[in-house]
This record gives sequence, structure tokens and C-alpha cells, in this order.
Amino acid sequence: MADILVFCEVAGGKVKGTARELLGKAKELADGGDVTACLLGSDLGDAADGLGELGADTVIKVEHDALASYVPGAWAAALSQAIEDNNPDVVLGAASVLGKDLLPRAAALLEAGVAADCTDLREGDDGIEGTRSLYSGKALATVSVNSEPKFFSIRPNSFVIGDVEAGDGDVEDFEADLEDDYGYEVVEVESSGGDVIDLTEATRIISGGRSLKSLENFGLFDEPARLMGGAIGASRAAVDAGYATHSMQVGQTGKVVNPQLYIAAGISGAIQHLAGMRTSKVIVAINKDADAPIFQHATYGIVGDLFEVMPMLTEELAKVLSD
Amino acid sequence: MKIGVLLKQVPDTESKIRIAGGGDGIEDGDIKWIINPYDEYAVEEAIRLKEKLGEGEVIILSLGPARTLDAARTALAMGGDRAVILDEDAFQGSDAYGTAKALAAAIEKEEIGIVFGGRQAIDLDNNQVPQIVGGLLGWPHATWINSFEFEGDSATVKRPVGGGSVDVVKVSIPAVFTCSKGLNEPRYASLPGIMKAKRKPVTKYSADDLGVSDDVGADNALTVLSDFTPPAARPAGRILQGELSDQVAELVKLLREEAKVL
Repeated sequence: MADILVFCEVAGGKVKGTARELLGKAKELADGGDVTACLLGSDLGDAADGLGELGADTVIKVEHDALASYVPGAWAAALSQAIEDNNPDVVLGAASVLGKDLLPRAAALLEAGVAADCTDLREGDDGIEGTRSLYSGKALATVSVNSEPKFFSIRPNSFVIGDVEAGDGDVEDFEADLEDDYGYEVVEVESSGGDVIDLTEATRIISGGRSLKSLENFGLFDEPARLMGGAIGASRAAVDAGYATHSMQVGQTGKVVNPQLYIAAGISGAIQHLAGMRTSKVIVAINKDADAPIFQHATYGIVGDLFEVMPMLTEELAKVLSD
Repeated sequence: MKIGVLLKQVPDTESKIRIAGGGDGIEDGDIKWIINPYDEYAVEEAIRLKEKLGEGEVIILSLGPARTLDAARTALAMGGDRAVILDEDAFQGSDAYGTAKALAAAIEKEEIGIVFGGRQAIDLDNNQVPQIVGGLLGWPHATWINSFEFEGDSATVKRPVGGGSVDVVKVSIPAVFTCSKGLNEPRYASLPGIMKAKRKPVTKYSADDLGVSDDVGADNALTVLSDFTPPAARPAGRILQGELSDQVAELVKLLREEAKVL
């Protein structure tokens, strides 16, 4: 039995999809212990409502003006104070852009260790332990944490959550004691526009390589990605050639993704690319070179020219998914 | 101003990784060791800042075994001024927290005023040490930056935060920054640079010197890795056959009915 606190990220007035995943897993691992959701922000609105259904026994809202935008010092202080007050055995958070930045600093304030970017969690001999992927995915290891509490950040989409036993979802407020100035001011947020799904949290991804030949041709992916509710990624070669932005790059020097479905179109499958996507549940390879290494990692493969295959795929997806 | 760079030596991505007998780590033997690629951006940005200021000192800080000095020498050949190496036995086996504790103590001892690091090391991908250093020193940190403008008592940086958004942040100095691809193009070490690097000073501190004996080393680690295994081979995939249009129809059917991911 363990008391588990889940740090839930909020976007657009709602908890992100990772909260459902982490609360569901927490409920399973707590084995009768308390599951607490913890939300940070300046105005959380009704984001804390309904989390009982996702498994939370208690929901802690930490609202403070200093948390209006992401300021690492302020958020780390607020989260560590809420954790100290709640005194859980285990803290879970997503290994997202924000989670990777925040959790190590928050844990350090409590002299606690973080098992980072875990792809699995389980009850071990000495409490909850995790699995980490190391050396570009060329090794796996068990990670355990010798501190109270134990922190784990979880690679998004690591768990498939079925029915979850509901908790009470009682909402409590926690007042954090924060300073006025943490020497970090977000002066502007530049947005490329649109409601883009972040690659690291996407459940379905279509990625293209240099064989797309141009920025315009990446537009081939827009419609299938929209139909699947997915995001668009790219190989390093495509980014270096200027066909895609660096924020779309999957792999060693880009993003690590972990979707349910990863479609690699015209990507050969270099080790640097595999490092960023090899834990995907299902990998589809589309490549005209039957000897491309990507086929060795694919669940399903189509040997063919992506310029022929993609329009067919778009049409087929439209047929089955639009109704 | 003293400019610090956090550096880690890591296996080249192309190196074959062999699990050591017993599964408590990897075999060192065949590995080619390099500077963590992201740390090269940090070295470059530190040198550029010194060049812009027209004064100061770039100090390379690294914790690891004796071979770590090779990586530090490469950074010195690029233009770093001197190195602080923490390679005493007591430091070996430190986790992210212990490493950060030692580096933060060295930063204070050297009276360093700004720190750059890589966004993550490509061996263990912990992505933790610079943020913890910031927390321990009480300095702000900004991670994954791809743009850096120094303004004296502050710097304005850009950091992509996912979903196509970029935070533009004004950060007070002293601070810790972690560098991402796109920030700069790291320079190559020139031959004269390599010759000069051999004579550049290297300082070594012990865990006692830094007052961190109770925090560093495997015995004090808060996170412990064990049971190393090679990744499970994916079950052999299926290459679809037949007319291309039939293959596509079959693929979508498989994704829906067999894999259940659509």
C-alpha cells in the first residue's frame, strides 16, 4: 500500500491527457493507499472537478498569482510545499516538457530523488520501482528510489488505462508561500498558431524523412494526421534539409515520443531516429527501399513510394474514420 | 565574469552497448567516449559570451572517472580557459542529485556567475542535473534554450515548450541555462587550440574540499539503476503484399482490428 500524489498539468482549463493516465496507474499501484491529484496555476477554474472519476481521492488546488505562467523556481517551491504538506510515499508526474523541467528541481528542494522518464512502474521488493530506457534505447534498467518521497516521471502514453475505481475527488485548497520574484519572467509566448498536439504527448504520429523532398510535401500528412487526431513528426534529415521545423524532429537530438501508433513514411530508420521512437506500441514503415532498417522495427510494413501510398492511406482513413 | 560549463563524457551514439555480466551496468571496453553533443552547444555559447564581453574566464566543470579529462581537454581546445575535474573515487557512482550537489559546490567555490549545460546527456537521458544545480544555488534556470541574448544583469532566451509554442523569457543573472540544438554551431577545435589545451590548468577538488562527502558516490545515491538488460526484440513485423491499394486497405484494417490503435 502506498500514498501517491500525482502532479497533473492543466491546459485550456482542463487537466491534460497525461493526468488520466497517471491517476489511473496511481490508483492501481496505491493498492488501497490514497491517491491525490495536485494542480498548480493562478486560476484553475473548474479543472479540479471530476478528477474523482479518474481515481483521485483528494484533489489539491494550489492557486497563486506567481504561478500564472511557468516559472521554474515558483512552481518548484509551490509543488514541494504541497508535497511536504501531503506527505505521500510516491510522487508521479509526466515526463513532458514541463515535467522534465520542474520535477528535478521540486524534488531537490525535498532532498528527494527522481527516476526520470520511466516507461513502466510496478511494485518491487522495496516499494514502487520503474523501468528506464538508456543509451538511446540500447539498454533497459530497473530504477529504484531511496528517498521519501520517491519521485517518478513517466513517459507519456506508457500505460493503457481501462476502467478505474473512482475516488471521492474531494477538492482542497493549499496556500503556497511564494516570493514575488524568482528572476524568471515570461515576456512573450510565440505561437505557430493553431491547436497543435505536442509530439511528446501525441498518441498517433506520422513522420516523414528527406524523401518528402520539400516543405510543401509535408502537407501530405495534414489530412491523415487530422483524421487520426495525431501529430506530424520528422527525421533529422528532413529538418536539416529545411522541410520541417526542429520542434517536429523525432530522435536523439529532437523529441522522444511514445505513441500508440507511429507511421514512418520515407524514413530509413537510423539509430538516432530509433532512439526517439522505438518504444512506440505499433510502428508502421512505408518506404520504397525494402532493405531500409526501419522495416526491422516495424509492426507492419508497406514497400512502396510514399507519394503513392499516402493519398491512398488518406482516402482509406477518411472512409473508415469519418463516420 | 566567470562562465561555467557543465560537461559530461558519454558513449558515442554509434558505440555498441554491451551489458556487463551480472547486469549492473555496461561494459566500458569498446566504447568510444565523446563530449555529450548538447554540451558542445554549452561550450560554444560560453565562449561566445566571453568573446562578447571581451573579458572573463570559461571554466569547464565535469564529474566522472579519470577519462573525463579527455572530454574536458576537447572543450579547452575549443576555447575554454581551464577545467575543474571531480574524478576522485568518492564521486564515482553519484546519481543526478549527488552530481548536482558536487557541481553546485564547485560553482560556489569558483565564484562562477553564469552556467551553461546541455539540455540532457545522451547516455542516461536524466535531464536533471542543471535544474537541480539551479535549485541548490537558488538561481533561476531556463532549459532547452535555442536563443540567448545577454543583457548584463539579465538574459533573454527562447525555449520551445511544445505544441508549437515558444516561451520568450527574461532571466536574471546568475542563472543556469541548458542548451538545445539550434542555439549555435559549435566550433571545431583547431590544431593550435589542441596544442594549447594540453597546457591549460586543471583543478581537482575532493568531496571533502566541497563538503559533499555525504551526498556523492554510489552509497549516497537517491536513485539506483540495476538489472540492465538489452531491449526486448520486437516481434517480427509483417510486410504486406499484393496491390498497393489493397495493402493500404489491409493496413488500416489491421490497425483497427488487430492492433486496435485507430
